[in-house]
Amino acid sequence: MPKNFDFIRVSEQDFNVADEYQAMTHANPTDGAVVFFVGLVRDFNQGEKVKELTLEHYPAMTEKSLASIIKQARERWQLGRVRLVHRVGLLNINEQIVFVAVSSKHREDAFSACQFIMDYLKTEAPFWKKEQTTQGDVWVESNAKDTVARERW
Amino acid sequence: MINVLFFASLREKMKTDSLQLETIENETIGELKQRIMNSKEDWQGTLANNVLAAVNQEMVGDSATLTDHSEVAFFPPVTGG
Repeated sequence: MPKNFDFIRVSEQDFNVADEYQAMTHANPTDGAVVFFVGLVRDFNQGEKVKELTLEHYPAMTEKSLASIIKQARERWQLGRVRLVHRVGLLNINEQIVFVAVSSKHREDAFSACQFIMDYLKTEAPFWKKEQTTQGDVWVESNAKDTVARERW
Repeated sequence: MINVLFFASLREKMKTDSLQLETIENETIGELKQRIMNSKEDWQGTLANNVLAAVNQEMVGDSATLTDHSEVAFFPPVTGG
């Protein structure tokens, strides 16, 4: 596997964090740090009890958009591997939605890049959540907090 | 022709996921939004606020211009992650 390896997967399939982490560290003696983030479906959002959610995306654009976000992160920090897995389709409470992992020689770059990628993904990548709540189906509204988080970069 | 796609809540509001429209030379995204909204009573106002646009899968602003065979997508602010 090349040193600066980007991996992107958008899929209905669940992922195994141990396997994803292994792919970050296997035969990678140059990087001393791996930071990863896992996003999960929670049972309460925007005032309603959530039963499950459906994630829609724009297939032709999704991977392109994620690749562009990773490219921007690489322009700012010295990174080794970047791995991004995002699920689509029907997800139950507590299921995993997203995995972002970044390796680098030192931890500062990995911490910053992981947050940067998540902040950009939240505001740029073409995914939309629809929650099935006790009050019916509701499209999740974008969050001003996410825009603020993105602006700090 | 240009191919126009709608996603998520906007697709539900439009009651369609795509449109095929004649190409108008040098038309901007802003003008295309107006053209679509004016073409059907039910679509009045649907693209006026809080709608993002992509041309050939890249996000653009209202001033972007379209060429023949462009793929245009309109969608609400994204909520992944």
